Amino acid sequence: MKLSTNEKLQILADAAKYDVSCASSGSNRKNTANGLGNTSKMGICHSYTEDGRCISLLKLLLTNYCIYDCAYCVSRKSNDVPRAAFTVKEVVDLTINFYKRNYIEGLFLSSGIFKNADYTNERLIRIAKSLRTEHHFNGYIHLKIIPGCSEEVMEEAGLYADRLSVNLEIPTERSLKKIAPEKNHTSVYTPMNYLTGRISLYNDEKRRFKNAPKFAPGGQSTQLVVGASPESDFDILHLANNLYSDQKLRRVYYSGYIPISDDNRLPALKAPPLIRENRLYQADWLLRYYGFTVDEIVNEQHQQLDLTMDPKMMFALRNMHLFPVNVNTAEREMLLRIPGVGVKSVNMIIKARKFRRLGYEHLKKIGVAMNRAQYFIEVSGRPLGMVSSDPDKIKMALAAREKRNQLTLF
Amino acid sequence: MIYIHDNTFDGFLTSIFEIYDLKILPDDICGEKNLQPSLFADKRKVTTDADKSRRVLAGLKKKLSAHGVNSIYKCWLSEQKGIEMVLFRYISYALKSQRNIESDFSNNDVLEVSQVVKKINREIHRMHAFVRFQKTSDEVYAATIVPDFDVVTLLAPHFKERYRNQHWLIYDTKRQYGIYYDQQEVIEVKLEDAQWEGRNKVRRSVLAEEEKEFELLWKSYFKATSIVERTNLKLHLKHVPRRYWRYLPEKA
Ligand code: SF4
Repeated sequence: MKLSTNEKLQILADAAKYDVSCASSGSNRKNTANGLGNTSKMGICHSYTEDGRCISLLKLLLTNYCIYDCAYCVSRKSNDVPRAAFTVKEVVDLTINFYKRNYIEGLFLSSGIFKNADYTNERLIRIAKSLRTEHHFNGYIHLKIIPGCSEEVMEEAGLYADRLSVNLEIPTERSLKKIAPEKNHTSVYTPMNYLTGRISLYNDEKRRFKNAPKFAPGGQSTQLVVGASPESDFDILHLANNLYSDQKLRRVYYSGYIPISDDNRLPALKAPPLIRENRLYQADWLLRYYGFTVDEIVNEQHQQLDLTMDPKMMFALRNMHLFPVNVNTAEREMLLRIPGVGVKSVNMIIKARKFRRLGYEHLKKIGVAMNRAQYFIEVSGRPLGMVSSDPDKIKMALAAREKRNQLTLF
Repeated sequence: MIYIHDNTFDGFLTSIFEIYDLKILPDDICGEKNLQPSLFADKRKVTTDADKSRRVLAGLKKKLSAHGVNSIYKCWLSEQKGIEMVLFRYISYALKSQRNIESDFSNNDVLEVSQVVKKINREIHRMHAFVRFQKTSDEVYAATIVPDFDVVTLLAPHFKERYRNQHWLIYDTKRQYGIYYDQQEVIEVKLEDAQWEGRNKVRRSVLAEEEKEFELLWKSYFKATSIVERTNLKLHLKHVPRRYWRYLPEKA
């Protein structure tokens, strides 16, 4: 039976959606004289799914036929789902026409494995190459690198793609072996390390020559599935931290495992661990933008993130001796550690306090979330009332507030 | 004294010039279109003068960064009630101060300017995201919009750079003007008796044949890429507020 493009789109977008990465940021591709498109440094979300995730790229699998049988994946060969495969032309046409209508920033192309890694990746590259060379497309392209991919193939992928990603999926080798018997971490780390070296070479060249040929200017990312295996947040965040510092990844994505299969290699979850996933993203932000070390967030004694409060609050309550912070004199580093104060507010505080001493009202107007920050700052003009410095009392006050907020919702 | 300008940015800057020239503080600065009848206050109709407005800008450039001067223009585009007085106080503070005041966020007017600019920037960003072109039978990619603020002209650089290779039109159907690009340059256009369909959309009859098909494909994509087990409509609505829906094929 021959499927229409629309039918294929439904099957292959559905199968691709479990890769949560959709960023179109971090690249520097400009439009050419008679070309189509460019990349936006910050990225643009053109729409949002009904689960609230950004839709920036047309995210597709080239095919969901796969010779592997990873338990956590809908496309695994033992799963009974309709299969489909796009032609090169279909993907190119969809990308160009969606892009011209301003639906998307570009294409994110991945695939089930047919035959082997290189064979599959070469097919993905063919599409990217056609977009770049025949259609002068300068929008964003994210290509998946299939574990086990050879260097020659990656070299070509980097020429056309803005971002490349090899997915680790399962945080430890031991767990991976259990749920994805055909995979191992070596087949992931080998290409990842190669890309790390290659991308840093490009960044070097870029600094020295204006016209250095591009190689994945948007860097590389990876995804970890959370909750399909027993690793703690401590394990996951340490791993992520290494990926940022050693492999120089731009982003690590955390994908709360969605119970799509009753495969007995997997835990029986009722719902995807969405709160845990959200806490991991918050912790990830603290690592990347707030200068936190992993040990400040999770450590041997506290291996799991708290589901009832954000990781920065958790840190503050464990470290009351560092507070209150005087907002008029404290270093940036400490301002960033106050719960309820974001990077933007910190920047504003640092600039504004050069003009005059800031008071409670000023902070509030600037946008500091006082309901959380109040316990951790020293500032004049605070309304009367007891502000506790006892972590248990603070916890209770925050919980009570949370409850009130929920009441007003119903 | 109420200074009345002609609802143009030059007119507003001329008012500022006159305030300094006459040395009479304003009770209000207001466009003739928005003027509320008032019995008591003195009124002065300001005649827009490009030279005076240029001189005000030149003075501001000595006191503010390019970003700061631009902020004033962006606030102006907000059409927010009372923004002229905020801007007047901001400008007087900038002019009399020895140092650059742009980041004095504990000053109410400076904070307000920065917050309005943030809103305008967010609206520009949203338009970069939510403009949806429809291809017409004469190969123009056309979009209608109703932005919260008067930002259509600020969209030109982004779309010009990105869609160099196609003719396009972005039209604000509320303020009844737009920008058009003919693969050479972007020009401001006003369509005489423009006729729209439904809630101010481009008429179906002028669209290219394939248009329907791509909208359908896009809808299919949108549906397939959502994960039902994760549905969170509250979050969805926060990112795509309802008032933008009518121009999004995936939500229409
Ligand atoms: S190799 Fe990829 S597509 Fe195939 S089953 Fe494993 S995760 Fe799914």
